[in-house]
Amino acid sequence: MKLKKLTAACTLACAAMLGAVAPAQAQISGDTIKIGIITDMSGLYSDIDGQGGLEAIRMAVADMGGAINGKKIEVVYADHQNKADVAAAKAREWFDTQGVDMLIGGTNSGTALAMARVAAEKKKVFIAIGAATAALTNEQCNAYTVHWAYDTVALAKGTGNAVVKAGGKSWYFLTADYAFGAQLQNDTTNVVKAAGGTIVGSVKHPLSASDFSSFLLQAQSSKAQILGLANAGGDTINAIKAANEFGITKTMKLAGLLVFINDIHSLGLKTTQGLYLTDSWYWNRDAESRAWSRKFFEKMKRMPSSIQAGDYSATLNYLQAVKGTGTDDADKVLTKMKATKINDMFAKGGFIRGDGRMVHDMYLMQVKSPDKSTEPWDYYNVVQTFKGEEAWTTKAESKCALWK
Amino acid sequence: MEIFGIPIQAFMGQLLLGLVNGSFYAMLSLGLAVIFGLLGIVNFAHGALYMMGAYVAWLGAEYAGIGFWWSLLLAPLVVGALGVVIERTLLKHLYKIDPIYGLLLTFGLALIAEGLFREQFGVSGQQYEVPELLQGATNLGFMILPNYRGFVVFASLLVCLVTWYTIERTRLGSYLRAGTENPSLVQAFGVNVPMMVMLTYGAGAGLAALAGVLAAPIIQITPLMGSNLIIVVFAVVVIGGMGSILGSIVTGLALGLVEGLTKVFYPEASSIVVFVIMAIVLMIRPAGLFGKEK
Amino acid sequence: MSTSLADDKINRWSRITWGVGLALLVAAPFIGVYPIFMIKALCFAIFACAFNLLLGYTGLLSFGHAAYLGAAAYVTGWLVRSAGFSPELGILAGALSGTVLGAIVGFIAIRRQGIYFAMITLAMAQMIYFVWLQAPFTGGEDGLQGVPRGKLFGLIPLQNDLVMYFVVLAAFVAVFLAVIRIVHSPYGQVLKAIRENEPRAISLGYDVDKYKLLAFVLSTTLAGLAGALKTVALGFATLSDAHWSLSGEVVLMTLLGGMGTFAGPVVGAFTIIGLQNFLADRVGSWVTVIIGVIFVVCVVGFRRGFVGELLAWLKRRQPGKP
Repeated sequence: MKLKKLTAACTLACAAMLGAVAPAQAQISGDTIKIGIITDMSGLYSDIDGQGGLEAIRMAVADMGGAINGKKIEVVYADHQNKADVAAAKAREWFDTQGVDMLIGGTNSGTALAMARVAAEKKKVFIAIGAATAALTNEQCNAYTVHWAYDTVALAKGTGNAVVKAGGKSWYFLTADYAFGAQLQNDTTNVVKAAGGTIVGSVKHPLSASDFSSFLLQAQSSKAQILGLANAGGDTINAIKAANEFGITKTMKLAGLLVFINDIHSLGLKTTQGLYLTDSWYWNRDAESRAWSRKFFEKMKRMPSSIQAGDYSATLNYLQAVKGTGTDDADKVLTKMKATKINDMFAKGGFIRGDGRMVHDMYLMQVKSPDKSTEPWDYYNVVQTFKGEEAWTTKAESKCALWK
Repeated sequence: MEIFGIPIQAFMGQLLLGLVNGSFYAMLSLGLAVIFGLLGIVNFAHGALYMMGAYVAWLGAEYAGIGFWWSLLLAPLVVGALGVVIERTLLKHLYKIDPIYGLLLTFGLALIAEGLFREQFGVSGQQYEVPELLQGATNLGFMILPNYRGFVVFASLLVCLVTWYTIERTRLGSYLRAGTENPSLVQAFGVNVPMMVMLTYGAGAGLAALAGVLAAPIIQITPLMGSNLIIVVFAVVVIGGMGSILGSIVTGLALGLVEGLTKVFYPEASSIVVFVIMAIVLMIRPAGLFGKEK
Repeated sequence: MSTSLADDKINRWSRITWGVGLALLVAAPFIGVYPIFMIKALCFAIFACAFNLLLGYTGLLSFGHAAYLGAAAYVTGWLVRSAGFSPELGILAGALSGTVLGAIVGFIAIRRQGIYFAMITLAMAQMIYFVWLQAPFTGGEDGLQGVPRGKLFGLIPLQNDLVMYFVVLAAFVAVFLAVIRIVHSPYGQVLKAIRENEPRAISLGYDVDKYKLLAFVLSTTLAGLAGALKTVALGFATLSDAHWSLSGEVVLMTLLGGMGTFAGPVVGAFTIIGLQNFLADRVGSWVTVIIGVIFVVCVVGFRRGFVGELLAWLKRRQPGKP
């Protein structure tokens, strides 16, 4: 009967559809070392991490020879679009069905916190590079998360102190309305108050805001000396541009609490000269960093940000630990990593603390004036170096249960 | 000096910025009202057309050295032509059936446009330079106003006025209005109604694109700039009264001002104040402030 | 005589097809399909069935339906994570939040018809979205993370993906049957009458607004159930759950699958979720374009959707049968 055939056809179609659209359950592969990067590939943070970060990781894999003890190293990537649920779902899927051994990235603190949670649940390694929130190694620390490059506490201690010392006592914050902005504002507030400054007020703006004019007007009417920009990437660039447009810079000084070299490149030295910023690495710091950066430049046609350098360094050290232990078992590799000093083009004498924080030197830098810049991307003077433990959350301040 | 405990600086400043926003609301809701009033289509793609107008301006500047003033002419023409194509190929099939399909079709078109531009340009946005003539700022005493923003207010008021006049006071306008009320009768009089309808959609699209060009120097040009705005514009049109051109203009400006005011006293509520007003208006006057009960 | 595509008496063959479908769903995790994907698809299938109740069977296009899924997601998420509710109570509370919100929005929107109704529901949903964005308990851009699965009824631990899956499947089956029940009840018949000729229904003395409002609230309650289940199963509630693009997607799922049919929304949901899952990593932003193209194609030439077209084809093959 025709209907019977039709029903059979429908059934087959359903089965085919299910099979085609659902990802197949792969065996947890013991034959490859899989690194998965989830970061912002297309949004406001795509310049400072994004494709460049992926490239940096690939460079690290290449420097390890593409394989360890005969096991191939594979890199997979995904765009979290600054959505924590997308990041978490992708991480979970990768761990469950793709046999990913190490999760890296998370530029955007909200996504990093979500990814850290998934990694802890699945007992796999997660190295947070681009995310800033110090909560990753403080209130929300766990045994499987390592925070590599920088965090909000280091930024606050660096730039916050420098600006207050230079005379900026009263502050008004323009804050990105999510985990990172709130944490950065919080940490900077503590530092400013401890240094004898005052906080006059603050305003929150949506992530990737298109128009800063009304927020800046509010800031201006507060009559504070310093406008603290607790945001990053595209938001910082636009806020600085708008501040110039509306003449805010005539009555207030800007303090960029998280600024990357890509932002300076976008805005130009004329607009940003004299700006203080704290960063974990600078391509022009020493011979080793320069050499690696030129290799990066050949591929990406721009100089690497500290996040991209961090991607490289973290991957390299992870792979070295895998080689050293001969396994990709998360617990063993993490133990090895925590016992090994980090000495590469990113950091010298770095080490991973009990709370997951990778401790290394941080740099307070100031943007050069246009006449002092000798080549493209030559933007910074290193004003001060914070050695080792100086820059980070201290044990006394820490609320991390693992680090007592 | 203070008004209601807020320094006059902040007050006037936000009000002025609100007026600028209101100009955009007015222009966009005008285009929507024109299309809805004359075609019966709720054009969800309006936000995408606005976005495309901005991109045409940016692309023109980036790759062909076409300046702002030329773009004001070029972008509406390009996007308007696209609108005509859309009307001819897709929309005309939907006039006879339930209007929700028109909404769904234009929603689909908006997604396509957004996706294509996102794929090509990413979401981080492009910068567009303020035209030289309008650069710089004027110190108004209570705030420093970039000249360009003042220009936008004047330009959009002009556009709104011209459009309103054309539709309500000229013969062409009366043909349009008659043509949608009773197409067959008007057609019998020798007026080419399908052509008129097609051009109307094109004109509506052009209006949206014009708003996009005007917006380009102020905000980030991103593929999402239209969709963020379109729902607010819908609310404006509902409040003003669907199909009422004057209603859209007045409501758009008024709402921009209200939003600005809200930012002074209660900034957190500024994004929802439009919708709250819409809910209230609907309870009291379901047809909208200037609308006629259909 | 019935003129709608869904027959009053359910065809024997419909029952058989549904039975096969259910068997497939039960077998899916054992034949290698990723359970988390299936859970997500089932939750959205519930959402689409809820939506279809309103669009397909009552003729009301609610263009902001994600508001109720999102509301329930946040309410359930917060209650289970921060207030220590057990999952079933949290889910119940979530569904109820859909009811309450639906009642409020419905009350304001029901005064207007057709396209105005759609625009008002969209605008109200956007307002609610901004409330969630600001409210501290939702976590704003970061979302509400770390919702534990807990123990169902205090007894059955839900950590295991398989167990969670079957709980969600059971809920789905319940909703599916509930929708059938509602549609085939006397109340459902009145709804059909309202959809086909509202002035006539009014002249027959029915308080049309009350019927429509009830349908609206039923739909938002089930939508809330979908959101609540999703949050407990997947562990988070974010702004994406309340965003207007999700409202658009559920319309597409229903349209593509077949408005006014029972299986249509399910087919549509699985297709769209499957498509998104499959394409997301491979083609990036093209997913949005493809969804848009499907929308356009459906509206212009495929208004009955998969199941609708199938049923129409079947009818044509059997001349003389009602």
